[in-house]
Amino acid sequence: MSTRLAAGGRLIERSRTVRFRFNGTELTGFDGDTLASALLANNKLLVGRSFKYHRPRGIVASGPEEPNALVSLGEGNRFEPNRRATDTELSEGLVAVSQNHWPSLEFDIGSVADRLSRFLPAGFYYKTFIWPRRGWASMYEPAIRHSAGLGKPPRERDPDRYEHCHVHVDVLVVGGGISGLAAADRLSRAGVRVLLIEQSAHWGGRSLNDCAEFDGDPVDEWVNRKVDELRQRETVRLLGRTTGTGVYDHGYALALERVSEPEGPGSGVRHRLWRIRANKIVLASGAIERPICFAGNDVPGVMLASAVRDYVLDFGVSPGDRTVLITNNDDAYRTAFALVDAGLTVPAILDVRPVSDGPAAKRARELGIPIENGKAIAAVKGRSRVRGVSICAHAGEGAVLGELECDCVAMSGGWSPAVHLWSHCGGRLVWDPVGVMFRPDGNNPPRDAAGRSMVWPVGAANGQLDAAGAMEGALTGAADVLNELGFNEVPVSAPHIEADSGCPVMAAWLVPNGLGHSGKSKAWVDFQNDVKVSDIELAVREGYTSPEHAKRYTTLGMATDQGKLSNVNGLGLLSRALNLGECEAGTTTFRPPYTPVALGAIAGDAKGDLFKPVRKTPMDGWHSGRGAIWEPVSDWRRPYCYLSTGGETVSEAVSRESLAVRKSAGILDATTLGKILVKGRDAGRFLDMLYTNMMSNLQPGRCRYGLMCNENGFLMDDGVVARLDADTFLCHTTTGGAEHVHAWMEEWLQCEWWNWRVYTANVTEEFAQIAVAGPNARRILERIGGMEVGSESLPFMSWTSGNLGGFEVRIFRISFSGEISFEIAVGADEGLALWKALLDAGEGLDLQPYGTEALHVLRAEKGYVMIGDETDGTVTPQDLGLNWAISRKKKDYLGKRAQERPHLNHPDRWKLVGLKTVDSGTELPSGSHAIDSGTNAHGHTRMIGRVTSSYFSPILNRTIALALIERGPERMDEVLRFSTSNGVVEARISGTVFYDPEGTQLNA
Amino acid sequence: MAIQFNRYSAMSLAREALRGHAGWKEAWRSPEPATSYDIVVVGAGGHGLATAYHLAKNYGIRNVAILEKGWLGGGNTGRNTTIIRSNYLQDDSAAIYEKSRLLYESLSQELNFNVMFSPRGVMMLAQTHHEVRGYIRTANANLNQGIRTEFISADKVKRLCPIISIDGPRYPVLGALWQPRGGTARHDAVAWGYARACSEMGLHIIEQCRVTAVNSSGGRVTGVETTRGPIGCSKLAVVVAGHSGELAEMAGFRLPIESVALQALVSEPVKPCLDVVVMANTVHGYISQSDKGELVIGGGADGFNNYTQRGSFQHVEETVRALVETFPIISRLRMLRQWGGIVDMTGDRSPIISKTPVENLFVNCGWGTGGFKAIPGSGWAMAELVANGEPGNLAAPFGLDRFREGRFIDESVAAGVAH
Amino acid sequence: MLILRCPYCGVDADETELAPGGEAHIKRSGPGSTDEEFETYLFAKVNPKGVHFERWRHSHGCGKWFHVARCTETLEVFGSYRAQTLKPPKAIIDKIAGRRPGWAGGRN
Repeated sequence: MSTRLAAGGRLIERSRTVRFRFNGTELTGFDGDTLASALLANNKLLVGRSFKYHRPRGIVASGPEEPNALVSLGEGNRFEPNRRATDTELSEGLVAVSQNHWPSLEFDIGSVADRLSRFLPAGFYYKTFIWPRRGWASMYEPAIRHSAGLGKPPRERDPDRYEHCHVHVDVLVVGGGISGLAAADRLSRAGVRVLLIEQSAHWGGRSLNDCAEFDGDPVDEWVNRKVDELRQRETVRLLGRTTGTGVYDHGYALALERVSEPEGPGSGVRHRLWRIRANKIVLASGAIERPICFAGNDVPGVMLASAVRDYVLDFGVSPGDRTVLITNNDDAYRTAFALVDAGLTVPAILDVRPVSDGPAAKRARELGIPIENGKAIAAVKGRSRVRGVSICAHAGEGAVLGELECDCVAMSGGWSPAVHLWSHCGGRLVWDPVGVMFRPDGNNPPRDAAGRSMVWPVGAANGQLDAAGAMEGALTGAADVLNELGFNEVPVSAPHIEADSGCPVMAAWLVPNGLGHSGKSKAWVDFQNDVKVSDIELAVREGYTSPEHAKRYTTLGMATDQGKLSNVNGLGLLSRALNLGECEAGTTTFRPPYTPVALGAIAGDAKGDLFKPVRKTPMDGWHSGRGAIWEPVSDWRRPYCYLSTGGETVSEAVSRESLAVRKSAGILDATTLGKILVKGRDAGRFLDMLYTNMMSNLQPGRCRYGLMCNENGFLMDDGVVARLDADTFLCHTTTGGAEHVHAWMEEWLQCEWWNWRVYTANVTEEFAQIAVAGPNARRILERIGGMEVGSESLPFMSWTSGNLGGFEVRIFRISFSGEISFEIAVGADEGLALWKALLDAGEGLDLQPYGTEALHVLRAEKGYVMIGDETDGTVTPQDLGLNWAISRKKKDYLGKRAQERPHLNHPDRWKLVGLKTVDSGTELPSGSHAIDSGTNAHGHTRMIGRVTSSYFSPILNRTIALALIERGPERMDEVLRFSTSNGVVEARISGTVFYDPEGTQLNA
Repeated sequence: MAIQFNRYSAMSLAREALRGHAGWKEAWRSPEPATSYDIVVVGAGGHGLATAYHLAKNYGIRNVAILEKGWLGGGNTGRNTTIIRSNYLQDDSAAIYEKSRLLYESLSQELNFNVMFSPRGVMMLAQTHHEVRGYIRTANANLNQGIRTEFISADKVKRLCPIISIDGPRYPVLGALWQPRGGTARHDAVAWGYARACSEMGLHIIEQCRVTAVNSSGGRVTGVETTRGPIGCSKLAVVVAGHSGELAEMAGFRLPIESVALQALVSEPVKPCLDVVVMANTVHGYISQSDKGELVIGGGADGFNNYTQRGSFQHVEETVRALVETFPIISRLRMLRQWGGIVDMTGDRSPIISKTPVENLFVNCGWGTGGFKAIPGSGWAMAELVANGEPGNLAAPFGLDRFREGRFIDESVAAGVAH
Repeated sequence: MLILRCPYCGVDADETELAPGGEAHIKRSGPGSTDEEFETYLFAKVNPKGVHFERWRHSHGCGKWFHVARCTETLEVFGSYRAQTLKPPKAIIDKIAGRRPGWAGGRN
């Protein structure tokens, strides 16, 4: 059984007991435990179920590479599925439940899949569930979905905070083991700004369990000294519990800091996402041990050799009383030593190598541990925990030579450098046949913006698995980086470390080497996704031979560990099955992130009100207080209408507001309209190019409506241009168009007509703009007083400036409602005061604030087009009958050439007309299509137009609509049929101006 | 020579299970290239394979090779978010995407390969009044195009997708364009299924064969040079998505194509929580849950030319932010993997299925961010073009000439631009 | 996540500060151009897998447009220069030729 040892445990504090719950049972561990070590201490070997076959799963690793021990953590709004027990720090009150089983972990109905596993090999679902045709979606898929998926999804909104921190450094050092510490030390001594990150809560990495002495002192003394020194340097920042998750182009890197886990009420920030710009990156991310593929290697109690010794040395936990070790390398012998030192039994070391005669083997013999060279495991006994192993020769097919009783198997198939961050941004890998590993190919590194090497792998991440070599490599790497950065080196002396002189590792992809099909179908490669050796061979048999095909066909390496334990074994087995050289089949690509990152951490603080901040006008608060119903218009919000008290409906409000403008007066917050100042000697010439009509001949004091097209000839924006003086124009744009139009102007000025003397400024937010419209509008302005607003001093389409009741304003006499209308611009900070002053002046004149919907009704009644309604990026001014606003005199304007193309002059183009439904009360929804009796090339009902705007006009007491209709203006008074979701509606084509076609109101 | 292929069925699976699955044949053969073919298709992605499949199936042309520079299905076919829908606005798009969707409905049976077409329903959220109008317009157009879609209320959105937050402070959900027979399929299976069917009909799939030059004589294509030697052909179909520009350059013309990287990611798997496909264009994100339980999330495209298939971060950040806001429960789920796919964007964001300035050289490209859903229909229409030398009704509107004439097929007009 | 140096303000700007603007050195065709010229102007793109001359705007910075020579395959940047020019400066051409022996010089 697995249990807590009486003594030992470098990381735990035995005086502090921590209570936690697992599957409803209260258990205890110690401060410093991980959830995994605490579970093992409580003899909880079975902690989950696998993805596909629902096989029993136990803890296999001791770090973030863990594929099996995934639990759901927390409750309520802090519930989180798929947490790795192996890097979850134990905390008081922690609640964990195991996953992917029903009704219970011990008895899981889903494990019937395991009984049927021979019928469910890799890719079985591609070959079956084909009939009946609708069967997949209605029967098979729901069952598969229910069976898959590991943990349950959270159900509530996440209460925790996540923040982003930006940091710029010369060098990012990933990994706080001896290589990372040594590199950071050398770099920072030279004055380089260093960020050193370590994924665990502890510094020193594997060295503390795996190394003897540095300079004759215990390793931890060297580690603590280095950490202290680094902490004292101002140019160094150390971050523990921080995982380097991704390396992107041009030195961009991401790291995730787990700030407060476990989290609780008031715990502040949960995760901090570090967004790093580093000139260079030193990758000291260590290496990950590989499992060995033998039959039964997935039974709970079979663990990585390094994990077994970690649990013993770090946490004082024995995974088993009797541990059989199976290895192809010397490193794993350390596990045997640790176990024996802890008083536990190692019945045998099964070393698949024919000979092992290095110091490790020597010491094992001295300790009396039997070494069985050339031997392997034929089978593991036990289903939900290891009960023993049968032994065979590695060279054979698995004929059983004997049996060993044991409750734990420690396996080591060698080590793979953690090269993920090297690969993220294009670094290539090379197969190292001596080290039996893929390691960074120094000739094909990830490159930065200048094409220079961006990432320096050092230590175990570079394949230097021995401490002495790693240390030397780290210092050399740091020196190279200093050289690249142009820093002078400061000499440092490497600590003396006893060199490892061992027996070389031997590739052993399948154990025993000649294992038959039945064994191969019990030898797991990917524990979580249930990919076995037989599945890889099946993939090869069926021609899925490229690593990507094999991976996708078998799902190898696609589990939550992203193949940290399985990828290299899979590639080794694939190459073997293809009769290629060692791992010659190639590699797959590592993608960010290194370990999964909470989506909340990616979103950061940008949620709720901060998700996308709203732009508000100076009068926003006033609108809020008066029952405004809001409409988002690009980033702004504008009142759609104002609901008066007493249960008024939205449509009643819109009617009331639009009638007020027609009959008395309305006031509109028009602040959001874009305002762009265009100034300079060539301003007129420039605007002549930008607008379809002539602007250069506009007189100061006058306004002109203008249309802007893109180079494809389509209408892009519209608005009124006012000439302020000889060199200055103020261009109004649509609310949504301001930024775009300003950028558009700058693009042409900077990239095409850069010798023209024109300057632009987007002054949209400098001014509040208020429209007062309606028959009483002039009286209201006159009541405030201070400026001449009569039709002679301020005729239609002119503007003036002055002091209106104490406010310095510009008044533009322009109209989007067909009523006499004044748009008054005032400094933004005075907007609210002027708004209130105008309302006061309107007292007794039935002045009513109106919103965007009334504005739309009013403009539609007059047939004025709205960008975004009548236009959609495929409509020309000519389509809209706006030829009067297109200059014939100009040789050129943006869009002119495009408008000469055949399709834009086709007689069948859809053109703007008005529509009146035959039944005046019937609504013809915007977006309805006109149809005729024919069919199009695809045999579908032919559509000959569409409704672009549709409103109920209160003043006309009927519905009105604008539409783009094929040859529309030629079909006046024709009745067309429109298909709507509620059936066919008939409407008669009319002119576009429904109200006051003579314009008497406007010119009053 | 008759090729023995396994018929896939529950029966054959059971039979093989009893003998250790030793009898399965390779899904597609890997022959040595012949010296020439009637037709060479460049690109063994979904579109190229579907083109070849329909050349054989619809026109009986079997002397066909499909050349692939890497492994088949290794481009965007294997890197997309697998959404299938046909709720397009313009007649010509609607026709080809609906043709495609209909072919997907029975593709598993046709190919005898379960491509897991799952018509779970696709909803495109309307989060501004502008989008509401745009989607109502599309729904009304679809009514006439014979495509079953409807504009549904926010309440129905919530019923179909309970984890959605419809009253988000910034962009409340006002409704959605709902296509109940839209959905997803297993992307790799589509490529593999077509490859197997092509191989079964005797077509040659030649992987690890990069085209290095296009040969022509008198303005007429005669073959290609490849890393596996010269291969002659009477007709050449170039179906290489983001790499179309390179191939066009070899043949001496330019295409209105720019290659950019589109970002996507998946989360760790969880039990089912999202049974429909949701696209939110205002906030730039789309999401579905795969049969494995992973949330499959599509994000924005970089705006600059890019041939790296690497993940970038800022679009992922933008997309995830929007989705966490829209689906608050996903905040504590984790991103498992992110990547970029190289997509080929045309001037109007609609595809090109066209003759070219080189006689007997045809291109099919420009599917941009939305190619996966079009694979069967695209193959159908391209095969028609290549076999007849002239486009049929489906392909005709997608000719290269439209850019000169200004006859765009612009889908961005109906509020949504993402595919 | 690119970093490009804005030649106006000298800032090494993060991609998030910048707005891409497509191929550089495109000659505008206006009225009087042939259909082919006009189509080329709007739509025909070089789209190379390799060295690309392209436009960027320092949109969340100084607001200036500039040009960049960048490899679309490796994202290596050869240099940036002001937009007010009809062709890339010689220094950048030389640098590209040095870094990419055999580079044909594009079709600009």
